[in-house]
Amino acid sequence: MSIPYFPGCTLHVKAKALDDSTRAALAVLGLELSGLPEWTCCGTVFPLARNNYIGMVASARILANAAKQGDGRLVTVCSFCYHVLKRVNHAVRNSDEARTKLNDYLEEDYDGQLRVLHPLELLRDEVGFGALRNRVGAGLKGTRVACYYGCMLSRPAAEMDFGDPEDPAVMEKFVAALGGEPADFSWKTKCCGSYQVLNEQGLVAGRVKDIFQAAAAGGAQVIITSCPLCQYNLEAHSEADNHSRIPVLYFAQLLGIALEIPINKLGLAGRYADPEALLQGARR
Amino acid sequence: MTGESTMVSIYIMGKQYEVPDGVTIMKAMEFAGYRFIRGCGCRGGFCGACGTVYRTPGNFRLKVGLACATMVEAGMHLAQIPFYPANRAAYDLQALAPTLGTLRQHYPEMTRCLGCNQCTRICPQGLPVMDYIAAAQCGDLEKTAHQSFDCIMCGLCASRCPAEIVQYNVGILARRLFGRHIAPPARHLAQRVQDIEAGKFDDELERLMRMGREELQKRYYARDIE
Repeated sequence: MSIPYFPGCTLHVKAKALDDSTRAALAVLGLELSGLPEWTCCGTVFPLARNNYIGMVASARILANAAKQGDGRLVTVCSFCYHVLKRVNHAVRNSDEARTKLNDYLEEDYDGQLRVLHPLELLRDEVGFGALRNRVGAGLKGTRVACYYGCMLSRPAAEMDFGDPEDPAVMEKFVAALGGEPADFSWKTKCCGSYQVLNEQGLVAGRVKDIFQAAAAGGAQVIITSCPLCQYNLEAHSEADNHSRIPVLYFAQLLGIALEIPINKLGLAGRYADPEALLQGARR
Repeated sequence: MTGESTMVSIYIMGKQYEVPDGVTIMKAMEFAGYRFIRGCGCRGGFCGACGTVYRTPGNFRLKVGLACATMVEAGMHLAQIPFYPANRAAYDLQALAPTLGTLRQHYPEMTRCLGCNQCTRICPQGLPVMDYIAAAQCGDLEKTAHQSFDCIMCGLCASRCPAEIVQYNVGILARRLFGRHIAPPARHLAQRVQDIEAGKFDDELERLMRMGREELQKRYYARDIE
């Protein structure tokens, strides 16, 4: 089964590991992602002003073009892309003004009926966590995993529809399906400091420290995320603040390990906090 | 043109002129008395010096063309934009790495793209300008190079960009980086240069230079055409 896929700019260079591991892991499970033929940056930030339509134009075009693929779905994995595309889609579907303005400008006739999906939703609804459980080996059995959603996946709840905005559960269920144990993790939906890293290094460093402490308190052996910026912030500041050297992986890399995909296809080489312990477990 | 030519009204920078129908904008402007010392180059649609914007009656769309290659239409309003001020970085190509970082270092404004697509809409070459800027933002130099390959550097994209990006300069930097550092070198070219330097073609050139006009013409018409 081939599903239209929006990789996003960051996944071409900086977060290539997220792209590689997502494609590789889903392919093993029979879900082939086919990249949209032409696409631009989603805009990265959903405009705060409700009538800032120029900030929605790029995403609206991406959605309109994706709808022409005829599948009815669009998969995207970067938390920022998922957040922006899903909210713009929501605006097109639910606001007459947004729909009219954006379609007039783009000369499209898009109604917002596309379903913007995160791979975690595909795993839950298309593969099924029960089936996933039967598909993976026992390598991650008992591995304690901190599920780090960050701020982009679940809020605002009415638009994101990703479970409880403060306590979503899909990633924990995913971890359980892989045989791991979701760690108690009070910081799971807190922001890492995001792009404040550009001008407020100290702010991000402080939050990263708290995130690692919370993960360590829950006994986590690994933190997983679907956000390239969370991953970057956590790793970039981890040397000073990650005394427990907890590796920060993309959820799709953990899935790849569970599916026994060779690690060179998962972008796992040359990392600060070596996931070797996890891999050894997986190879047992 | 034979006999009486039909005349049409056009408006050059707001002033009405009667010009012959069926001529290019450039010829019409010269007919109206303009003399080009800039904004005119090859007169063949290649050099990009004569970018022109215009509108036609009853149509809100801004249209675009090269003055040397676009026909006049009755009632059109036009202005040439032969030059548009551009931010152009200076660089030593040999010393640059073919990376996203290099593009961003020289043209940081390229990440301000909003995806409005006005650059693509105005491009007289019909290039997917927004898409090659999107590829540049991803660091995909090869795609940027290929998609911008037919750019004639007319500058109209930059005139329309709300993010103040100079797309064509991003494009040419990507093509240079790709050509210099990524594309495989053309071995046949190096071989040919070597042959020339070794004097392989000297005798043949000497013979041609001593030849009379008639013999040259004969050979020219009898040559192999690929």
